[in-house]
Amino acid sequence: MKTVPLCLLTVIAESILKERLIQDVRNAGARGYTITDAEGEGVRQRRVGEILGANIRLETIVSPEVAERLLGVISTEYFDRYAVVAYLSTVSVIRGEKYV
Amino acid sequence: MLDVLRINLCSPLTLSFALGVFARLVRSELSLPRDLYTALSIYLLFALGLKGGVELSHSTLAAISGPAFVTVLLGCLTPISAYCVLRRIGKFSIADSAGIAAHYGSVSAVTFIAAQQFTTSVGAPAEGFMPTLLTLLEIPGIQVALAIGAFRMAAAAKTGEGIVAKQQGRPVKEIMHELLTSRSMLLLVGGLVIGTAVGETGWKPVQPVFEGLFKGLLTIFLLEMGLAAGSRLGDLRQAGLFLLAFGMIMPIVHGTLGAWLGSLAGLSVGGCTVLATMSASASYIAAPPAVRMTLPEANPTFYLTSALAVTFPFNLLVGIPVYYEISKWLCS
Repeated sequence: MKTVPLCLLTVIAESILKERLIQDVRNAGARGYTITDAEGEGVRQRRVGEILGANIRLETIVSPEVAERLLGVISTEYFDRYAVVAYLSTVSVIRGEKYV
Repeated sequence: MLDVLRINLCSPLTLSFALGVFARLVRSELSLPRDLYTALSIYLLFALGLKGGVELSHSTLAAISGPAFVTVLLGCLTPISAYCVLRRIGKFSIADSAGIAAHYGSVSAVTFIAAQQFTTSVGAPAEGFMPTLLTLLEIPGIQVALAIGAFRMAAAAKTGEGIVAKQQGRPVKEIMHELLTSRSMLLLVGGLVIGTAVGETGWKPVQPVFEGLFKGLLTIFLLEMGLAAGSRLGDLRQAGLFLLAFGMIMPIVHGTLGAWLGSLAGLSVGGCTVLATMSASASYIAAPPAVRMTLPEANPTFYLTSALAVTFPFNLLVGIPVYYEISKWLCS
């Protein structure tokens, strides 16, 4: 089966950032995203959400240009003030046109 | 006074809260599913709004206008006093002072319910329109404190005082939208409107669910609150002695102010006690996300620990009976 290489951007963030991140993803030109609950602890330790809070894990498959744009927004808007982790990986997808 | 304290300490609410704290202290694996917490908070807020709405349908505008005015006044005064104490005496940063002040300016719905239950158990029930006052107090406190924080930080940035992180500049409209459409606000106001619209006849068929089950479900919710407060106890060391004292003294000051203004507005002893408790309580549902979004520089350990692990149990165990005694003295 013919596959196309694309970028999978994963963002793990405080759940209060959910709406803002969705807006950023849309503005950057992503065609879709998936959000799941996430738990864990990092250097900033516990979250502030539903009383003591949870994290979300946002995943979106995008072109390298959109991924670059999104990472730019995330690093300027959130990295220094909120508990956010973002990373890119390359994935092979079928129906590549669906994502770009 | 001792009798009143005993009644309060022996209530299922207080004891189930204590059980939650105990479970955390002995590192029990007990935890309530997050969805249950969400469901219970929806139920409690909606029931509170509905019941309050039905009671409101019996009240006149003249009876409620005075108490409503002093409630909004309290919402504007308490964040200012909390900010000044934290900044001047506690030497907290602008963001931390404003962040904590937002919590103390707003109100805790569960503490409010506990006060209502308490006044009923001692035979001095509060006025039926108190839930309306609860909705009035929820927002101004947060707004005033966030505004103080934003203005002071902008001023500090201009004069070069300290290192101020770049302002996110979130528009007021956006913050107001978040607060007004938050779950607690929507359920409380929606419940009030529905309750007022349907009146006694519409209330009767749903009463078994919203009144009959209320105390039992509140008891489970208090267990969860105990677990949440218990897991914050470890952070008390980081919060420091000042914040510990602040979390207990500030409620007494705000509570006394609330009781005094309530008595001036013509509230009964029960009404004054509940208004005092509202004014003394610190929000831990509406305020934390609003502060985290608008003042991310504020340290969540400070505001969550003081609101949840100090002020909430303090009000539940000692504060409410104290406000009752103060209200009795003021109204006599």
